[in-house]
Amino acid sequence: MLYLDHAATTMVRPETREAMAPFLDEVFGNPSGVHGTSRRAKAAMEQARERAAALLGASRSLEIVFTGGGTEADNLAVAGAALAAGRRGGVVTTTVEHEAVLATAGFLEGLGCPVTRVGVDRDGVVDPEGVAAAVTADTAVVSVMAANNETGARQPVAEIASALTGRGVLLHTDAVQAFVSEDVTVASTGADLISLAAHKFGGPKGVGLLYVRDGVTLEPVLHGGGQELGRRSGTHNVAGIVGMVAAMEAAVADRARFRRDVAAARERFETRLEAAVPGLIVNVPDRRLVQHSHLRFPGVPAETLLIRLDRRQVAAAAGSACHSGAVEVSHVLAAMGFDEEAAAECVRFTFGWVTTPADGDTAAERVLAALQDLP
Amino acid sequence: MSGGVDSSVAAALMLEQGWDVVGVTLKQWEGSGGTMPSAGCCTVADAEDARSVAARLDVPYYVLDYVDEFTAAVVDPFGEAYLAGRTPNPCIECNRRVRFKALLERTAALECDVLVTGHHARIRHDGDGYHLMRAVDAAKDQSYVLHMLGQRDLERIRFPVGEMTKAEVRAEAARLGLRTANKPDSQDLCFVGKGDYRRFLRERLPEAARPGVIVTGAGDVVGHHDGTVDFTIGQRRGLGAVAGTPRYVIEIRPADATVVVGSRRDLLAGGCRVDGVSFVAGRAPQTARVAVKIRYRSEPVPASLAPAGDGSWEVRFAEPQTAVTPGQAAVFYRDDEVLGGGTIDGVLAAG
Repeated sequence: MLYLDHAATTMVRPETREAMAPFLDEVFGNPSGVHGTSRRAKAAMEQARERAAALLGASRSLEIVFTGGGTEADNLAVAGAALAAGRRGGVVTTTVEHEAVLATAGFLEGLGCPVTRVGVDRDGVVDPEGVAAAVTADTAVVSVMAANNETGARQPVAEIASALTGRGVLLHTDAVQAFVSEDVTVASTGADLISLAAHKFGGPKGVGLLYVRDGVTLEPVLHGGGQELGRRSGTHNVAGIVGMVAAMEAAVADRARFRRDVAAARERFETRLEAAVPGLIVNVPDRRLVQHSHLRFPGVPAETLLIRLDRRQVAAAAGSACHSGAVEVSHVLAAMGFDEEAAAECVRFTFGWVTTPADGDTAAERVLAALQDLP
Repeated sequence: MSGGVDSSVAAALMLEQGWDVVGVTLKQWEGSGGTMPSAGCCTVADAEDARSVAARLDVPYYVLDYVDEFTAAVVDPFGEAYLAGRTPNPCIECNRRVRFKALLERTAALECDVLVTGHHARIRHDGDGYHLMRAVDAAKDQSYVLHMLGQRDLERIRFPVGEMTKAEVRAEAARLGLRTANKPDSQDLCFVGKGDYRRFLRERLPEAARPGVIVTGAGDVVGHHDGTVDFTIGQRRGLGAVAGTPRYVIEIRPADATVVVGSRRDLLAGGCRVDGVSFVAGRAPQTARVAVKIRYRSEPVPASLAPAGDGSWEVRFAEPQTAVTPGQAAVFYRDDEVLGGGTIDGVLAAG
C-alpha cells in the first residue's frame, strides 16, 4: 500500500512505541494514587509534561493539559473559554475550521453565545483584519486553525495575534494538522490556547493536548475526578501521553528532514501529474503545508478516482471522512467558493514522515494508471 | 449491498465463483445534517452490516453517494405523481433510474464487469438473447420491480440468489458466518423511514394533507377527511356503508382534496392503459396473450395486450380486476418469463 493519507492519521514512530512499552506493562499505575506504583506513573507523566512544555515554548509545565485527542482539546479551548466564569462569551472563528471547532461553536450558539464565522478567500485563507474586525465587546475567544486539514492552507495566526493585541480576547489555534511540519510554538503563533493531536505526528490515537496560557481560566467540558487541575477529568492515559510526547520530540527533531523529503516528493508528484493530466489544478498552490497536495481532476469524480486508486494500493482521501464512509462535499471547499461539481473533483494526497522523494514518482505513476481508460 | 442477507449472500456466491468482488452501498437518502437515516432501510446500521459482511468476505467496500440522483429520480417524482392522483412504486423508479442506470453505467469506471444485486429473479441466456425470469422462490420473487431491464442491461447484471429459496439463502449466510443471516427482510420504503409513507407525504406535501370531502361518483358529499394521503384505491375501512353495501375508494383527487367512493362494482376494471412500456427482448412479443401483474403483491392474471397507437399499450383482462391503480406498474409475463411492462396510466371500464 502506498499510503498518501497521512493527514488522516500516520504510523506510530519507533520512538513512540519504545517510549510507550513500559507503560503498557510494568508501569501500569494510575497517576492519581498515593503509592509507589502510582508515583512512578505520575513521575513519567509529569516529565512528559515538562518536555511538551519545552517543545512548545511554554513558560510553565502546568500550561499543558493532556486530553483525549484533538477534538477534545478544541472543545475545551472554545467551549471552555466561552463559558468561563459563568459567561455566555462570544466566539469568532472561520468558515473553514475543523468540525471540532465549528460544531462546538454551533453548540455554544445554541446556549446563547454570539458566534461569528469569518469567511476566507479563494485559497481558503482568512484576512487578519477581518478577524479582528469581527471581535466585539462580547467576544471571549477567537479560534483560527494553524493550517487546514483538507487543503493544507496555512492561516496567518501570528498576524491575527498581533491584530488582537490589547483587545482582551483569547486566541485559540488548532495546530493539529500543522505541528508535524510547521514551527508551532507559543512564540510563533502568539496564541493563548493551542490544540495538538498525537496521531497526526507519529503518536498514538486517542491522546492530545491543549496548551493553556498561564492565568487563563477555562470552564471544564468533562466533569469528574478533577484531574489536570480540574480542567480535564478522567484517569490519565499514561502510555498515550508518554508516547505522544516522545512523538513530539521525534517530530520536532525530524522536521527539517521531513520538510526536505516531503517537499521533494510533492514536487516530483505534482510536476509529473501537471505534465500528463490536462487541466489539472493544484489548489492553494502558495500558502499550504508542505505535505498537502490537494488536486482537482476536471471531469473525474473524486469518488471514482479514490476507488480506482484503492484498487492500485494507493490510499488517498476526498472531503472529510464521514461516518457512513460516503464522500461528502466539504464545507471547506464550499467556503472557498467551489461549486458542488468542482468540489466533487478534488482529491487530497498527503505525505508523511515515512515518505521518500521517490514516492512522489511512484504516486504519480499510479494516479496516471488509475486515470487511464476512464470511460 | 443493502446490508440485508440477500446481497450479502450474492457477494459471497460471486466470490466463490471466482470473481474479484467489490462491495458498494448506495447512500440514497439522508437525514438532517447529511447523516444516513437511522430508521427504514439504507440506515447507518445497514451500511455497517454491509461493511461487516464485506470485511468478513475480505473484499473492498465503498459507500457511494447517490443522494442527489435518488432525490431527483425517485423522491421528488414520488410526491409529484401522488399529487397527480397516482400511486407510484418508488422501488421501480429507483431500479430504473438509479441502480440499473446510474450505477450500472458506472461499473466500468469502477473497473467492474458486472453489477450483482441480491434481487430474487433469474437471468437466462440463449440464442434469442437474455431472458428475465421469476425467482425460484415464488414468495420472494422480485421480477415485477425489474421489468424495465433490457438486453444491454441483463448482459451486465447478475442475480445469483434468484436461483435459491430464501431458506437456502439464509442457510448459506449462516454457513459463511455472515451476521446478516437472521436479519429480517426489510419492508419499508427506504426513504420514508419506519412505519408509513403517509407521515412522509404529510410532511412533504401539505396539499395532500388538506381536509376535504368524500363524495360519491354522482357528486354527493357523504363525508369529510383529513387529507387524501390517508386513502388508497380499493380501501374500504373507515368509509361506512349505504343500505348494507360497503363503500370503497374508487378515485383519489389530491388536487382538489377529494376522495371518490363507490360500490365494489365501481372498483372493477376491464383493463388498463399502460405507458412508458419497454420489452425485455427489445421488441413486443409475437403473441397478444400474456399474464399481467398489476401490483407487487398479486398474481399475474390472463390478459391481452395491444398497442394503443399513441405509443401506449392497452391491456384487457380476461376477468375484471379490482383496484387497478394508476401509477403502479403493469408487468407482462409468459409463464415464468418477464416480457416487459410499463406504468398504469388509466383504467378501462369493465364489460
